[in-house]
Amino acid sequence: MTATVTTPGARRTRVLSKKALLPWVFLAPGLLLALVFKFLPMGKGVWLSFFKVRPFLGDQWVGLDNYTRVLTDHRFLDAIGHTLLLGIGQSLGAIAVGFLLALLLEGQARTLKIVRTAVFLPVVTATAVVGELWRLLYYPTSDGLINHALGFLGLGPVQYLDNPNTALWATMVMSVWMLAPYNMVIILAGLAGVDRTLYEAAAMDGVSLWQRLRYITLPAIRPALGIVLTLAAIRGLRVFTEVYVLTGGGPAGSTEVWMTRAYTLGFTRNDIGGASAASVVLLCVTLLLTVTVNYFRKRGDVR
Amino acid sequence: MTAPAIDPIRTPVPTTVDKATQERRTTPARFDTALGWNDRPGVSWALRILLCAIALGIFAAPFLTIVSGAFTTHASGSSLSFLPHDSTLQNFKVAGERGIWDYFTNSLVIAGGALLLQLAVSVLAAYALARHRFRGQALILTLFMLTMMLPEEVIAIPLSLVLGHVPVVGVDLKGTAWGVILPLGAWGFSVMLLTEFMKDIPTEIEEAARLDGVGEFRMLWQVVLPLCKPALGVAGVLGFVMIWDQYLLPLIAAKDPTDYTVTVALSILRTDPEVGSGVVLAGAVIALVPSLIVYLLLQRSLVAGIAAGATKG
Repeated sequence: MTATVTTPGARRTRVLSKKALLPWVFLAPGLLLALVFKFLPMGKGVWLSFFKVRPFLGDQWVGLDNYTRVLTDHRFLDAIGHTLLLGIGQSLGAIAVGFLLALLLEGQARTLKIVRTAVFLPVVTATAVVGELWRLLYYPTSDGLINHALGFLGLGPVQYLDNPNTALWATMVMSVWMLAPYNMVIILAGLAGVDRTLYEAAAMDGVSLWQRLRYITLPAIRPALGIVLTLAAIRGLRVFTEVYVLTGGGPAGSTEVWMTRAYTLGFTRNDIGGASAASVVLLCVTLLLTVTVNYFRKRGDVR
Repeated sequence: MTAPAIDPIRTPVPTTVDKATQERRTTPARFDTALGWNDRPGVSWALRILLCAIALGIFAAPFLTIVSGAFTTHASGSSLSFLPHDSTLQNFKVAGERGIWDYFTNSLVIAGGALLLQLAVSVLAAYALARHRFRGQALILTLFMLTMMLPEEVIAIPLSLVLGHVPVVGVDLKGTAWGVILPLGAWGFSVMLLTEFMKDIPTEIEEAARLDGVGEFRMLWQVVLPLCKPALGVAGVLGFVMIWDQYLLPLIAAKDPTDYTVTVALSILRTDPEVGSGVVLAGAVIALVPSLIVYLLLQRSLVAGIAAGATKG
């Protein structure tokens, strides 16, 4: 290559390649972190799920053994029921309560804004703090706050967290308490977009309050709501911290969910292979559900 | 980018609410809300106040019990109330002896470091995704979206192995703040949010700067970034809430309990037979204060972010 033929064309290709490289320089930190701390562990999890992991002895290939063991283990099977009940129940409950809160607190008045600020507090509070708080609210003797309130109604003290029949529902109530104000904010944003003249027109036509909600408000906020509800339900399937902090899966495994079970298997019983298999199953289910939901959503958008 | 020049620089979501308010002012108050609340004294007005009081009682009052219990000498579940009987700092002193301030320092270091890293990573990635066109763009976007599908819960077991021995470099991150900070660096939501926002910045501004001979990094730092302040606020506050809420990650990244964050350490206080509920609540108050401060300062950004995240999915 001679210096004399440094044509504009050659310079352009060099500039182009530098320009082509540039985005990757900006992307590098994010991609590197995602690769090492997200995708590598994911791949490693899938890999380990086919092995019997034995420290110092070397891992032993066991094929699908871990999967069959996990999927036939009765504690995992129980956990599926609890996980589904908790995930679906807390999502539906939080949507309903969030909707009621939004209807109640909609408006521009200063006092309403202050009430909204206060009601939103559970969302910004760390789950661990919420868990400690509710352990005390659920205090099993008649002096505990909720039992004290029940005492006024003449109802005996309930041992919310120590009774296998009530512990899961108690967990669900706490989750609804944490999630409902979040949904309230989303629904409020939807309510703000409702055309006010529709309400006025409805009033002129003598439409009842129920019909107004049913035919004007609900259709207006449904698009946002459907997605939120579905994604929340899917996210609910990997619930861990709430249960771990509040009940630890007890009493007698009555609040054991999929992830707390996998955690116990992996970290307490050191069955890395089994725990990995359980995580992979959960990952596949949530991925599949999310992709399906997004597919139908996109199709809905196009139409 | 072929955004028309008339496109104003987008301000975050609250404007839609404000716009709605302005339009609404022309109609009577009872058409302001879905339920048609009346703002003049009357039955509907009284009912609304009552219901608001109940909502406050359920969602906000429990926080008063945390605070009052933390300042009460012999707080146990049995003597909780909304107001302290006798104020004392005894609980905080005992919690301090159990090392609560060390845990709190761990939390602050991790939250500060992780938030800075998360914002830096997101801004850089978003700049590439929004302001450049390159091969594989859609794939990269999908990859970042996938990181949201891989929360610590699902990859906890292999992640703890990776943290114990990071491949290639071979360092052990367990027991260091980095073990919590680095896995939180790539957060898909923050990348998406900033990408969407940067896409709406008119290219004319950038082109004018480029004519003046501004380089890429200065372009990002001095031209694009200042225009992104509203989005940075949203990404920052949501990122902080997400980081402060981490439980499993600090748990698996710790070598021994002194590495715990304050939220994880609450369970140590609870299971300590020598301290009562009052001390646990003192710890809870300490863990609560930073979230409260961030929330009250950046409330608008937080609410805007949640509303935006929901409408965009």
